[in-house]
Amino acid sequence: MIKLYIDNWEIHATEGISVLQAALDSEIYIPNLCWVREMTDPPASCRLCFVEIAGRPAPVTACTTIVENDMEVHTDTEAVRELQRTSLKLLLSAHHVDCGHCPANKKCELQNLARFLKVKLKPAEFPTYQPTGLIDTSHPHLDYNRDRCVLCGRCVNACRDKNGRPLFTFAGRGSETIVTPLFPPAGQALDKDASLVCVDLCPTGALTRKG
Amino acid sequence: MAQNNDRINQALQALREKAAGQWREFTGSTIPRIHIGMATCGLAAGAQETRDAFEAQLKKDNIQAVIHPIGCHGHCYAEPLVIIDHPASGLPPIMYQKVNEGKAVMLVKNFLKGNDPLLEHMYGAMEESDTIPAVMLFPRFNMEKRVIMDKCGRINPADINEYLALGGYAALGAALSLAPEAIVETVTASGLRGRGGAGFPTGRKWQFAAQQNAAEKVVVCNADEGDPGAYMDRTILESNPHQVIEGMIICARAIGAGRGVMYVRAEYPLAVKLVTRALEQARELNLLGQNILGSDFSFDIEVFQGSGAFVCGEETALIRSVEGYRGMPRHRPPFPVEHGLNGRPTVINNVKTLATIAPIIENGAEWFRSIGTEKSPGTAIFSIVGHVLYPGLVEIPMGETLRSLIFDICGGIPDKREFKAVQIGGPSGGCLPASFLDTPIDFDSLTAAGAMMGSGGMVVMNDETCMVNVARYFLDFTQKESCGKCTFCRIGTRHLLEILDRITKGQGKPEDLARLEWLAAAVKQGSLCGLGKTAPNPVITSLKYFRQEYEAHINDGVCPALMCRDLIAYYIDLDKCARGCDACVGCCPTEAIFTTANRKKGIDQEKCIKCGECRHVCIPLYNAVGKASPPGTVPMIEKPKVPVKDND
Repeated sequence: MIKLYIDNWEIHATEGISVLQAALDSEIYIPNLCWVREMTDPPASCRLCFVEIAGRPAPVTACTTIVENDMEVHTDTEAVRELQRTSLKLLLSAHHVDCGHCPANKKCELQNLARFLKVKLKPAEFPTYQPTGLIDTSHPHLDYNRDRCVLCGRCVNACRDKNGRPLFTFAGRGSETIVTPLFPPAGQALDKDASLVCVDLCPTGALTRKG
Repeated sequence: MAQNNDRINQALQALREKAAGQWREFTGSTIPRIHIGMATCGLAAGAQETRDAFEAQLKKDNIQAVIHPIGCHGHCYAEPLVIIDHPASGLPPIMYQKVNEGKAVMLVKNFLKGNDPLLEHMYGAMEESDTIPAVMLFPRFNMEKRVIMDKCGRINPADINEYLALGGYAALGAALSLAPEAIVETVTASGLRGRGGAGFPTGRKWQFAAQQNAAEKVVVCNADEGDPGAYMDRTILESNPHQVIEGMIICARAIGAGRGVMYVRAEYPLAVKLVTRALEQARELNLLGQNILGSDFSFDIEVFQGSGAFVCGEETALIRSVEGYRGMPRHRPPFPVEHGLNGRPTVINNVKTLATIAPIIENGAEWFRSIGTEKSPGTAIFSIVGHVLYPGLVEIPMGETLRSLIFDICGGIPDKREFKAVQIGGPSGGCLPASFLDTPIDFDSLTAAGAMMGSGGMVVMNDETCMVNVARYFLDFTQKESCGKCTFCRIGTRHLLEILDRITKGQGKPEDLARLEWLAAAVKQGSLCGLGKTAPNPVITSLKYFRQEYEAHINDGVCPALMCRDLIAYYIDLDKCARGCDACVGCCPTEAIFTTANRKKGIDQEKCIKCGECRHVCIPLYNAVGKASPPGTVPMIEKPKVPVKDND
């Protein structure tokens, strides 16, 4: 066991786990989106779980920082919150905020994050997102709505960790990046249950069951 | 061990003697030799046509001569470059510039057949002589210090024997006789820093990898060069691939690697072809493969073609790409030296870094330290493009100033224009204004100035360049090349680009500057990999050094450099316009130019799309087409109600 301090609370954590997991296990919330419990190689792509660690010059992502003895972690500093807010504002600026018509309304993780970080759902700093109307219905069990997707990559990464081969993959580049179904080689059946697990993992309403 | 060393030396000696014999035969004969620069830059300028013309004319005139394809000399402004070595003429080898097909025919007829060396087309002699000025008298030649590019432009890159004849693979022989730790020690002592841009000490990287306890280790040569305007790595691979391969083998020996990967972008087909051939030849001579030169060390290199993603120049993305996945960076640590390709310890070095290894092993760390500055020893290669008289590749010792590089070596700014800025380090670097011209070129000074060494792309800009537009251009590049993984890089750079786009269109808002600064700082701090962390640099430096230009765009709707299309208008100066000249009328794609009552010209601003063609064609004697910003300030010229006939 490792002893560390998060926001001055003494925490005991198993060796080798990340600061993010240690904090969440001790009911200290650090905003996060792309991280899934027991993930072997966190993508660190949402850039929300920043924390400050005593002795390090700049905030680091908690999901990629492994706990160390006597580590002193601060989750609620001005620098951390500023980065987290900017990251969330950026995510919201590339998301079609149309909660009234969204199946994920009230259970959407973006709404929770916005409430926690006190960020407006339509940040004034950035122009409003122009929906593309792109909905990919090629998958037999679920639909993908690009305007709601924040590219957290949970469906891609968690699926790869569990099944060895993901059911989804990223396509496109830069701000045009999307998630797209990755169909198994011809002759192999598409696992329906595994597909629907991805729907449950989706933090927004981007992946929905068919019908 | 000693016996083993003898065997290695004997094997190498045999190869070198054979190669030297071939080289002596080639250079010692009286048959004229025509060396033609056939790297991509030469081919783009027409070197293949020149070569064909030489061949056809030699055949026609029944003259015996050897055509010797060489790589690139670095003098891209003078391509196609031809060196004719005609021993029977009694003249030294002469370098000719811009040899098109016509010049090729003339050279054969007059020089090889007749006796006139056509000195009006020459650049200079390759050796000192009493008759012809040598190229070494020009600053573009004698201010350079060639370590990496020493053999570039002297040998045929497709023939390993020419590299061997000029001393190639001697360092490998020496390295095989050394203990691996001694190689790492020499590289560490030389102070060599990674030429890929970040300047991490190469020796330390090797040491980390050497310390790893793993059954298999990997050496990767990163030739995924993608900066706009940079082509050093391509040129080295196309002119002298063996020096890079030799560096890789020495690195493998030092860290104990058995597998090598040459990651070349697929957009460099000639480099891929030449590297593949070079590897085959090295394998044939047992310089690669099982028990290299009879030693107990085995190593082989494969070529991997990257399929055109800028982000794959980032180490971790490159590894993903070789593994067969989408090239997306991952968080570091673990660093590739611990956990790299397929989980094996991996050293990833740039082409230029690896090409420096052989000279260091051969000449020693002390020699290398004697070049350049204390903290950045050695040389740096820049591909200088943009508004300079002599663009191309330049290899200079570190510590040379920007001024001497741009003005002395590359001839300064053409067309009597003023120097405005230089973008160093590509899209991740920064724009430095004239006040930084005396900055020495080394890793630390450039970083302190806000730019970075980068991999060596340098774009020189004159006073007709709008810095907001330049920042927009580079942001557009990084935004498109972002892999889309992390929030800041994917979305942040797009918003930065949108703001810059608006400013160049004259729709900037007063709060935009503060927002640019805030967002640029956030993207720099928050991004996952080096691409995102450095993407805002052009914005940050141009805002720092050229703020008044941003302000002019936003507050006054003026583009001071008269470049942003939405903020300028073209007009015709009636005092300069020549009566009856129709050059501009003919070239205007939208028929926006009309003839005035007194048969001069005017531009219909409603129809004008600001392509600038009229300005290009207006002959310099008149120079009557001008630009003005904001568009409302152009002089109005009355358009006659009834069109005036042009030629009556």
